[in-house]
Amino acid sequence: MSATTTYRTCPRSGLQFENQAEKLIKANAVMAVLWLAFGGILAIGVVLTRWPAIHWLPADTFYMVLTAHGLDMLIFWIIFFEIAVLYFASSTLLRCRIATPKVAWLAFGLMVIGSIMNNVAVFRGASSVMMTSYVPMMAEPSFYLGIILFAVGALIGCFVFFGTLVVAKREKTYEGSVPLVTFGALTAAIIAVFTLLSGALIIVPAWLMSLAVMNVDPLIYRTVWWALGHSSQQINVATHVSVWYLVAAVALGAKPMSERVSRVAFLLYILFLQLASAHHLLADPGVGTAWKVVNTSYFMYLAVLASMLHGLTVPGAMEVAQRQKGYTKGLFEWLRKAPWGNPTFAGVFISIIGFGFLGGITGVMMGTEQLNLIIHNTIYVPGHFHATVVVGTTLTFMALTFYLIPVLFKREMISPKLAQWQPYLFGFSMYFFCLVMMGAGTLGVSRRHWDMAFQGNALAYEWPGAAYLMMALVGIAGVAAILGGIIFVYITVGSLLWGRKLEPGKSSAAFTPVPRAAPTTAAQTYGSMGFAAPGTFALAMIFLVAFVLYYFINWKYLSTLWGLS
Amino acid sequence: MSAILPPAERLWYKHPIDRVEGTWITIALVWCLILFFMMVGWHIWGKQNLSTETYRTTPEQFMTKAEAVAAKYTVRTETEQNIPVVAPPPGSDVYMLGRLWNFWPILELQKDKTYRLHLTAMDYNHGFSLQPANINIQLVPGFEHVVTVTPNQAGTYSVVCNEFCGIGHHQMVGRIYVK
Ligand code: HEM
Ligand SMILES: [Cu+2]
Ligand SMILES: [Cu+2]
Repeated sequence: MSATTTYRTCPRSGLQFENQAEKLIKANAVMAVLWLAFGGILAIGVVLTRWPAIHWLPADTFYMVLTAHGLDMLIFWIIFFEIAVLYFASSTLLRCRIATPKVAWLAFGLMVIGSIMNNVAVFRGASSVMMTSYVPMMAEPSFYLGIILFAVGALIGCFVFFGTLVVAKREKTYEGSVPLVTFGALTAAIIAVFTLLSGALIIVPAWLMSLAVMNVDPLIYRTVWWALGHSSQQINVATHVSVWYLVAAVALGAKPMSERVSRVAFLLYILFLQLASAHHLLADPGVGTAWKVVNTSYFMYLAVLASMLHGLTVPGAMEVAQRQKGYTKGLFEWLRKAPWGNPTFAGVFISIIGFGFLGGITGVMMGTEQLNLIIHNTIYVPGHFHATVVVGTTLTFMALTFYLIPVLFKREMISPKLAQWQPYLFGFSMYFFCLVMMGAGTLGVSRRHWDMAFQGNALAYEWPGAAYLMMALVGIAGVAAILGGIIFVYITVGSLLWGRKLEPGKSSAAFTPVPRAAPTTAAQTYGSMGFAAPGTFALAMIFLVAFVLYYFINWKYLSTLWGLS
Repeated sequence: MSAILPPAERLWYKHPIDRVEGTWITIALVWCLILFFMMVGWHIWGKQNLSTETYRTTPEQFMTKAEAVAAKYTVRTETEQNIPVVAPPPGSDVYMLGRLWNFWPILELQKDKTYRLHLTAMDYNHGFSLQPANINIQLVPGFEHVVTVTPNQAGTYSVVCNEFCGIGHHQMVGRIYVK
């Protein structure tokens, strides 16, 4: 088998692409970007309707479009891209052929069919149930069937990834342990298997329910659905953190500070986050206090700890690399002299900061049993997760795409100047978007709500003026972010269509084995480097102060509410 | 570029840890423990803890009990729909249900008095979002959730549905008076 394929060595990056893997990565990445583009068009409808002064779409269209926006972005855009990352992290980084390419194409086909089937169901208008599709509210059967086909495809994709790791090991394309990025991708894939199985456990019954074959208890649905919904976010985090390490390596030549810390942190994701669907049920009846407290935290929040570690070690590795290049003045010369004009680096750095400060801090706040009472189902929640899945995952994947245009697609990027601005426009407007959504949510404004004025209702609630102001700012920031998204799609699609073709590099019938990394100079023994990344440590301290203050402010707020027991 | 290359040292789990990392791990772990103990501590010392008292119910069962209380303690009706305003005595059981697309009935409670508030959803999931107090509780059909509440401020409160429940979702709003 291995004789029938070829390996192309990219002259720009030195990466080696196996022929089938290369095509699969491209196909999955292209589908991903198409869904992002479509979901982005839908975002225009969502955001212009929630901007009170514009209130654009009629109610039924709004709920339909919002259902599709959630699914197309959170599921289809992100998972197609993740499958591409999995193939890249196995076949490309380990320089081996992809296992069972035909099966991988089958997986791709299922995902394409499933995602389209699901969208067709939504746009027929009788499946506006939101991505969570809580029973007993029912969508058309093809809504669920589409998700099931897509999930089966994604599951097969994960097994192709595992198979590829086995191939690499057996054919000895590398020595020792897999690279850190591959290791991170492996944790993502393991979590994905768990996630997709939980998904099957609940979406299949919901599908049968839509066919009137069986009945599903609403609370059981919510509990199992969130085992899917929550752990799929863990896949995203594990994947985008892997990409952070990847970008730190290719943009700055950074080495992980300590393989041990980074890898253990990835392992913690598997061990401590995947069952934690509890924090989506904190305001629910019928779930016990002890269960909630234990399952949100496992006594010590080790998964939060894991993200706090990656949040330190990725910029820390960047700092060490920059200092070795001679940028050693003060705490922050390494940061000032970073390649801010490179959209791949800039995107990732903006993503790291936003993910930590906006997504991380608010996630812990929301996931605290009692504090959840003040934000459950308010628009604070989408505020939080746009900071995680948009600023964290999406921005990171966009940054990686800019890197892949010349390397994988062999095209010169069109409008590189525009590309330089893209991460700033998209990233910072998203920061602001998330902040004002959280502001509105703190004032109680509901999510998934067409008319905050309750027009024509005798019992209408009048929101404070500040809530209207916040929602208007959500509108403005959202439009700016969409503009950033349009620029991204324009550059990506444009480069693929009419960017100048670049030299593909030599193809050969055999792989060149992966070299070993040079021995790490950082951290030979504990403390031998002194304090290798003081600037990053200072940033971490700022983060900690923000975290502590924000956390206790919310307890203060909670303490003023009605007594509840 | 070792994040994309196999590590040089054979056993990655024997790699040394830098002092920056060691220090941060310690600080972060302590903070994570504090996060955990705050939740537990609030159950002991805090005054806002969501009760977990829950019973299985059906729309008929719940309606029967809610109507019985309404029949006894209705003080007036409001709006064109003549929604009863129910003012049960402090300490008693009060009922509120969410259904497509309203809350029933309107309640009138007294400040600083405690009530056992029974909540349910009659059909789909709904949300109980008490504004402007900003207390948000999920209503799940088939479950009767008994929450003990002590209003601490007089005023007119609205109950906004904040779980998507179909095309009338944004019309679903109820009321609680506190005197
Ligand atoms: C480009 C700019 C974007 C804008 C302006 C935008 C806007 C919005 C708004 C305003 C909502 C909340 C509506 C509501 O609850 O009433 C929303 C929901 C959502 N968005 Fe976005 N979004 C954007 C991009 C994305 C991306 C990239 C993702 C995922 C990767 C995403 C995932 C979601 C999800 C999952 C929901 C929840 C849908 C639901 O409640 O069922 N969005 N979006
Ligand atoms: Cu409702
Ligand atoms: Cu509703």
